[in-house]
Amino acid sequence: MAVKKFMYVNRKAPYGTIYALESLEVVLIGAAFDQDVSLAFIGDGVYELTKGQNTDGIGQKNFSPTYAALGDYDVNKIYVEKESLEERGLTLDDLQHLVWEDEDEDWAEKDSIRLVSRAELADVIADQDILLSF
Amino acid sequence: MGLLHTVNKSPFESNTFDTCLGYAKDGSTVLLIEDGVYAATTGTSAADKIKNASGVTFAVLGPDLQARGLEGKLADGIKVVDYEGFVNLVAESDSVQSWL
Amino acid sequence: MKFSIQVNEGPYQHQASDTAYQFAKAAIAAGHEIFRVFFYHDGVNNATKLAVPPQDDRDIPKLWSELSKENNLDLVVCIAAAQRRGMMDVDEAKRQGFEDNNLKEGFRISGLGQLIEAGIESDRLVVFGA
Repeated sequence: MAVKKFMYVNRKAPYGTIYALESLEVVLIGAAFDQDVSLAFIGDGVYELTKGQNTDGIGQKNFSPTYAALGDYDVNKIYVEKESLEERGLTLDDLQHLVWEDEDEDWAEKDSIRLVSRAELADVIADQDILLSF
Repeated sequence: MGLLHTVNKSPFESNTFDTCLGYAKDGSTVLLIEDGVYAATTGTSAADKIKNASGVTFAVLGPDLQARGLEGKLADGIKVVDYEGFVNLVAESDSVQSWL
Repeated sequence: MKFSIQVNEGPYQHQASDTAYQFAKAAIAAGHEIFRVFFYHDGVNNATKLAVPPQDDRDIPKLWSELSKENNLDLVVCIAAAQRRGMMDVDEAKRQGFEDNNLKEGFRISGLGQLIEAGIESDRLVVFGA
């Protein structure tokens, strides 16, 4: 089976619409296909990764813990656009600390989130084979 | 040829058009479809932004322009394509990013 | 070329399904192959057999169904999204204990893996949504 570069582009905030949740569901199923997977969080998409989400009051399932499991699915290239964070008054500290374990380096824990500028992310996007948007 | 970017939202309704411009590298093409065609109209800040993005090719889906009564308001330098042209743009590009 | 298409929105609410349909038709007319059309999010609602739109307007589920039959297309409705939104074929309805089913002819229900496979097997994948 060919290996292609798949990027999931996330630009929508969680809970107001279903796109964030159903996008994540594709990522999890897609992980079984051993492709070269990246996620990009741009614009309001960065809100999907914030810490401390508590959905008790709105009656929706809090799916944010699922992002922390991505490392176990070999999904460890998570691009977060710097300008989008800054526009929203956020820093990396406001986001979950997502990690993966590198089996080639004795299971050393590494950061999955790559904070990149718009210009850098544009280069990454231009390099993808398949761009999925939700 | 680089990427084909599509934008389907009015530039006055959301920032999708601006976001797309931030990601459209020189040599790529931006195709305006559905409500995105409003960015192709004269006398708007969107038209100015299109003029300034000189390394990028801009196209607009003709049927969507016609549906919205905008044919007479098309800004300069924007190619009009039909659905067959849309298909060709996809085939000629490396990949497609649909900015939703 | 082999194209695949993803449709993220339901019929009428957004233009996505219309544009995807016109694109698919044009691609076929130009001699390309449509490997798969994958309906996700509210896009699963394009597969309803119960739509009765006004007589003087297009019947979106019917247009897709007919395009599928005429060109032997693979129109796939995502099972996870379908279950959430109550879109069932005969088998799924039986499995869930429902008497009724609502999936139109020309569509089939399957898993998210079909979307990934479409990306792997096709030359281009185009997403239509909102």
